[in-house]
Amino acid sequence: MAVAARSIQRTRWIKLQAFRYVIFALAAIFFLVPLGAMVEFSTRANDGSRTLEYWKAIPSYPDLTGAIVASLQLAVITSVVMLVLLVPTMVWVRLKLPRLTRIIEFMSLLPLTIPAIVLVVGLFPMYIWLNNNFSDSILTLSLAYVVLVLPYCYRAIDAGLGAIDVKTLTEAARSLGASWFTVMWRVIVPNISNAILNATLLAVALVLGEYTIANNLLYNNLQVELVHLARENAGVSIAVAVAALLFAFALLVVLAFVGGRGRRVHHDPASTLGSPTITSI
Amino acid sequence: MKLGSLTRHLGLAVVALVVVAACGSSGGGGTASCSGAKTAKSAADCGGMDALVKAAQAEGKLNVIALPRDWANYGAILDGFHAKYGIAITSDNPDGSSQQEVDAIKQLGSTSRGPDVVDVGMAVALANTNLFTPYKVATWADVLDSQKESTGLWIQDYGGFMSIGYDSSKVPEIKAFDDLFGSQFKGKVALNGNPKQANAALNGVMMANLAEGGSLDDVSKGVDFFKRLKAAGNFSKTQATTATVKNGTTPVVFDWDYLSAAHGKDVPTWKVFVPSNAILGGYYAQAVSKDAPHPAAARLWEEYLYSDEGQNLWLKGLARPVRQAAMQKSGKIDSAAAAKLPPVNGTPQFMSDAQSTAAKNYVVAHWDAAIA
Amino acid sequence: MTVAGSPAVTTNVGRPFLGGRRLSLAWVGAVPYLTYVGIFLVLPSVIIGIGAFLDANNVFTLDNFRNLSRSYVIKASIDTTVLSAITALLGAIFGALLAYAIVTGSQSGILRRLTVSASGVLAQFGGVTLAFAFIASIGPAGFVYLFAQSHGFDFYKQDLWLFEIPGIELVYLYFQIPLMVLVFLPALDGIKPQWREAAESLGGNTWHYWRHVAGPLLFPAFLGSVLLLFANAFSAYATANALVGQGQPVLAQQIAGALSSEVGAYEPGFAKAIAIEMIVIVTLVTVLYTLLQRRTARWL
Repeated sequence: MAVAARSIQRTRWIKLQAFRYVIFALAAIFFLVPLGAMVEFSTRANDGSRTLEYWKAIPSYPDLTGAIVASLQLAVITSVVMLVLLVPTMVWVRLKLPRLTRIIEFMSLLPLTIPAIVLVVGLFPMYIWLNNNFSDSILTLSLAYVVLVLPYCYRAIDAGLGAIDVKTLTEAARSLGASWFTVMWRVIVPNISNAILNATLLAVALVLGEYTIANNLLYNNLQVELVHLARENAGVSIAVAVAALLFAFALLVVLAFVGGRGRRVHHDPASTLGSPTITSI
Repeated sequence: MKLGSLTRHLGLAVVALVVVAACGSSGGGGTASCSGAKTAKSAADCGGMDALVKAAQAEGKLNVIALPRDWANYGAILDGFHAKYGIAITSDNPDGSSQQEVDAIKQLGSTSRGPDVVDVGMAVALANTNLFTPYKVATWADVLDSQKESTGLWIQDYGGFMSIGYDSSKVPEIKAFDDLFGSQFKGKVALNGNPKQANAALNGVMMANLAEGGSLDDVSKGVDFFKRLKAAGNFSKTQATTATVKNGTTPVVFDWDYLSAAHGKDVPTWKVFVPSNAILGGYYAQAVSKDAPHPAAARLWEEYLYSDEGQNLWLKGLARPVRQAAMQKSGKIDSAAAAKLPPVNGTPQFMSDAQSTAAKNYVVAHWDAAIA
Repeated sequence: MTVAGSPAVTTNVGRPFLGGRRLSLAWVGAVPYLTYVGIFLVLPSVIIGIGAFLDANNVFTLDNFRNLSRSYVIKASIDTTVLSAITALLGAIFGALLAYAIVTGSQSGILRRLTVSASGVLAQFGGVTLAFAFIASIGPAGFVYLFAQSHGFDFYKQDLWLFEIPGIELVYLYFQIPLMVLVFLPALDGIKPQWREAAESLGGNTWHYWRHVAGPLLFPAFLGSVLLLFANAFSAYATANALVGQGQPVLAQQIAGALSSEVGAYEPGFAKAIAIEMIVIVTLVTVLYTLLQRRTARWL
């Protein structure tokens, strides 16, 4: 019986690995070929030879560093505010206000239903009031960005919360005397760490790539400065786009290594209490 | 937007307030600074050019909008202004349309980031004069009456002619409009933008209209031309950019001659063709915002643009500056740059506001169906 | 086992639902979120909604909504809805497959972190540069096309489909699939190996496992992701505009045209009316999604 089980395991494992390699190969082709075309174009001189002159033009652009710093600050602020706002609310709604779920879900989708180019029209009055009464710093953009990242972050965190048994975990922790803060911070959050990481990655990527709202509110964030820079010539316009992608990618890789601990949820406290750990796929 | 600028803004605002208050109270006595720059209708109102320069430098900043650096050599003009007067320029929304420029005045004009000056197409300028403040530059007299608003609300700045730019290494030489139906042009002809939206595209359709025997009052032959071009498979629906031109996806583009000429940087074999039977011209206009956060700097910018230096920089960008005739007479024109302008043999035509509206109405109703 | 989205055990057993200090305290928890979203989302939406009822002189009018019956708007509405649905479904399926391939690998390995980071970047990659990436590779002057053409396979012989709706759909998949990977991975993370063992010990094979165990548990998250992908494609603007600059096939392009036209086709009220129409369409799709969730929670 055990031998048969092991050989079933083995064939299944082989099939799984074959499946994975095919999927990864197809994905690599689909995603890397267009990027490769961009890299090729950005290193093509007017006469067809290879050149790095367009890439070299990027660091010499004066307003770029200020824009990069501003966008990074926006990314940090937006991610923090988003997490603080979203995670407790979603947990709370799951526990206490399940009837509110659909409303919260719809409201989190609303930013995606309105194209940014018209959403910014609705934001003007708010920003005028903000600029004249508080601050006209570019960091006020984070207030709008939190709303923009809501759809993506809601979905990621919702998937994470759905995969764990929030009710049992909280009841167990509360019955052991934990305060709500402890429940959130030491029980729930570690169990949805991957979901939180994914949500943060999405938020950071969105903020770094956001153009329309910043542009129409007359702020010069990273993407707006890149459009300025792209006007030098065709080669530079593509070189900066690839550079921006690489920059965002590097940032996200750092975040992924620092943030994600790769813990699978079945190691959570509740389920490891009794069952022997059988590691299989 | 630079960081830590809030403190700088506050500091400059305080300085400016003190200066203006001091001027106001002393009644233009000892210091040669501009009192009431906000309502100055000319440099004289300000106390002379020097006073204007000093007031502008006190303000220290200029907000411009929708001025991409590669558009008619604006890059050099922005750098030149900054080098000459030391005033920092914030350039917003580089890809913005004229409509977005006036929208920015309407929506954000009262904040410190609002645009000080705008460079807009004629249709937008005429429709939004209530957002502008009158100002007459020093060289006001050099501009024809038909090219400026009588009180100074707007004044035309530079223009060009509608043209067909093409990469002569990828397609054969274009000598007549109907050459575009040739089989070597399959999927290669593009407009710069959408005629329902962009000035350049609407004028492109009108140029085709004139070349096909139509008149300025009725653009139907132009739309029909593109319909036939699409049916022949030669019209490309993608947005032409410098990258698609260099890469060869859109080697033929309908665009203003000065914008088309910029492609020569990327494609050494780029040529610009202005059909002799359809010379359609268009000028843009300058205006100062009523709510300009830096009124003295805005006015100094206008003075710079209409000075010989500014006009010649536009000429270097292969646009035709509005004072070209006067400068040729006074000999101040940059003749080397003038010699590089695409040759135009014939009488240019210009769409009036009514004709432009009629064309727009026809295009809005028929364009999408024609190129489907 | 709790099915995501519906509480298995209610902690309010025996207490009346309405009234009582317990309920009012519970509502306080949702206040911060509702306030924030109220100010920065609902308020702008209301401003846009009001603007849809005003004409150029700020006088009340229903013309903007009447103009929604213009033929090109109706065509764009249908085209955009269909396009979004197709890219949402295809993106969800391929994204789920890719996510599964990632999640079955080493949890803390390099591959997972790299692919997750790459997905994050690509999910937000769009606009003029994404369009150009495709133009430069499979466009009429792109190396893939030229290579295929030189080997006898001219895939633009019929028409230049890259610059029509099919092209938009293909290019949209480029960010839809990574987005799916990122939002669906947490759900896949929740698959416990014990479930597989339990299914097997009851005599089930792979198909039974997916059809009766893992599938139903993942379905709500899958459906939610499809909804997100739909809304994502529905309101996307810059990529479609760079790819198909003429004809404005996508609804968001119609809005942009009405808002930024510099030749006089400037109709801000009309643009806002289109935005309201878009909200209505997504609301309808959300209602459909909610019904589907409830139905499938019962069958599956």
